[in-house]
Amino acid sequence: MGSMARAKVVALSMVDKHPEPQPLLAVKLSPAENPTAEAGADAAAPINSSALPAPEPEVVPTVSLTKVFRNLLAQITRERITTAALACVSIGALFLFWYIGTKYRVEFYIRFKNVPTPYEVFQQLTQVGLSNKYLVNIAISVRRILLGFFIAMAIGVPLGLAIGKYQRVRDLFMPVVEILRPIPAIAWVPMSIMLWPNNEASIVFITFIGAFFPILLNTIHGVHSLDGVLIRAAKCLGASEFRLFLNVILPGSLPHIFTGLAVGMGVAWVSLIAAEMISGQFGVGYFTWEAYSLVDYPAIVLGMITIGFLGLACSGIIRMVGSLLMPWLAFAPGGKR
Amino acid sequence: MIMATAMAETQKGLIDVRDMGVTFGANDNKIIAVDNVSLNVQPGEFVSLIGPSGCGKSTLLSIVAGFVKPTSGDAKLDGNAITKPGSDRGVVFQQYSLFPWLSVRKNVEFGLKMAGLEQSKRNTTARALLDLAELLSFENHYPDQLSGGMKQRIGIVRALATSPQVLLMDEPFGALDTQTRVVMQEILTNIWQQFKISVLFITHDIEESIFLSDRIYVMTARPGRIKAEIKVPLPRPRRAEMTDTPEFMNLVQELKGLIREESLAAMAPEIKDRGLSGFGMKVGPKGVGDIF
Repeated sequence: MGSMARAKVVALSMVDKHPEPQPLLAVKLSPAENPTAEAGADAAAPINSSALPAPEPEVVPTVSLTKVFRNLLAQITRERITTAALACVSIGALFLFWYIGTKYRVEFYIRFKNVPTPYEVFQQLTQVGLSNKYLVNIAISVRRILLGFFIAMAIGVPLGLAIGKYQRVRDLFMPVVEILRPIPAIAWVPMSIMLWPNNEASIVFITFIGAFFPILLNTIHGVHSLDGVLIRAAKCLGASEFRLFLNVILPGSLPHIFTGLAVGMGVAWVSLIAAEMISGQFGVGYFTWEAYSLVDYPAIVLGMITIGFLGLACSGIIRMVGSLLMPWLAFAPGGKR
Repeated sequence: MIMATAMAETQKGLIDVRDMGVTFGANDNKIIAVDNVSLNVQPGEFVSLIGPSGCGKSTLLSIVAGFVKPTSGDAKLDGNAITKPGSDRGVVFQQYSLFPWLSVRKNVEFGLKMAGLEQSKRNTTARALLDLAELLSFENHYPDQLSGGMKQRIGIVRALATSPQVLLMDEPFGALDTQTRVVMQEILTNIWQQFKISVLFITHDIEESIFLSDRIYVMTARPGRIKAEIKVPLPRPRRAEMTDTPEFMNLVQELKGLIREESLAAMAPEIKDRGLSGFGMKVGPKGVGDIF
């Protein structure tokens, strides 16, 4: 029993001394911290750790939590506090403007007469926020975005790489791209309704059109801006044509491809909402337009805020995936560090 | 020469360029970049190519590397005509050419990966090479985290990873500061002596070419021809102190004379006629009438 107590002390002091203990250390110590283990075996276990099985999962988090907490504390710096404070000021100012405008029913060219107050919108949110209708609308919009966006990515990125790399592919595809590109996705609504067998497909198509051109053009630009010396270096190192694509051109264009994905996602939302407003059944755009038709003013604002948050979440995910896939950019000239 | 031929039978890495000519453009815009150049690099030899800027020395290297096809003549490596780039010729470029998305070790492994070598063998080779370049502790860094000299050292060992027969270097230290250059030159001679491979080294730095080479080709201004071939009899291994010896100084003077003529020839004809003393006085327009 005494030996167990000593082992415990060692364990604790280890945790205190090293804010980030090695995972192996946590494995070694885990039986000592577990009161249910036999006392006799405990003292020996930390030493003969080589043959030790996997640790009980409930013990390791004790150490990890300390680590997580310390990491969190370390991240609270003056810099970050200032950034967060300014973000609050920025969003707070928007709400204040909205609040004052609606409270005093301000009318100086723009009219707040019919604009709902923040409280009315909040009430609307609590009423419909968890209602099936509202959530289904969100789910349908998200599904349309994902479908349209991923199809645009699946076609736009490979085609962009091919156009960027091969002059002949470029000669073949660019004339048609240049003609179709200036047509906004919204202008495709009537044509899309005629082309596609059902409403759903036509809305996904419009979303696709919106996302496609930014993705395609940024991918082409990514290939063109790739330093030629890297391609020559890869060729001298024996890269075949396919290897060149996979191991040099694709990773080299990735920063531009992600710019294209972020822009494409933005345009996809614009196109989707417009399409839903014009021809839709369901969706956040439809929800917002329907609210206007039904003179349900708080629901209009709720719809708008919902669109804002969904768009923010989508571009946030793209940024996150981007920084996970391209860790080297943190060190690039003009990078974060 | 007899000795060199005997070596060629046992050792690979013979670069042979014959009657090489390169022209760009056609008709009125035709530019003769390289004219009737013949040169060779014997197996295990360090040869520099020096000349004024724009003389076609980089073009010559591009042909040996396989990026550019000559208009006339041919380039051979161990008797085989060079048609395209390949891992039998390692190339080190003037610009930093490491892949920024790969860690230092993955950069060195690149050629081995292209050759289809399995991960564990790639890893061992890359780590051994990085150890040689004294950069093993940086194996997991990205190129953008390193200094220029480090990047070029990695560029060199990356080119050596596939065990090429020759190393082609296109002003590899041109972008480095003077102190780093001197260190890099010593490192390069060490690596070259360990690997015993042929090197064709392009530079416009006279001291650098003498310090590194067994033999130096001096090229003329455009169109590039071989103006002179100079042997460097300095003993190996070369040390930084050797640059102060009379033998070294004499070679510098000899090369300076040769290069200066060509640098002047490469400039405008007026300067060539009057020499540099006339520069600035009569070159510009005299009045408005000269402009319109």
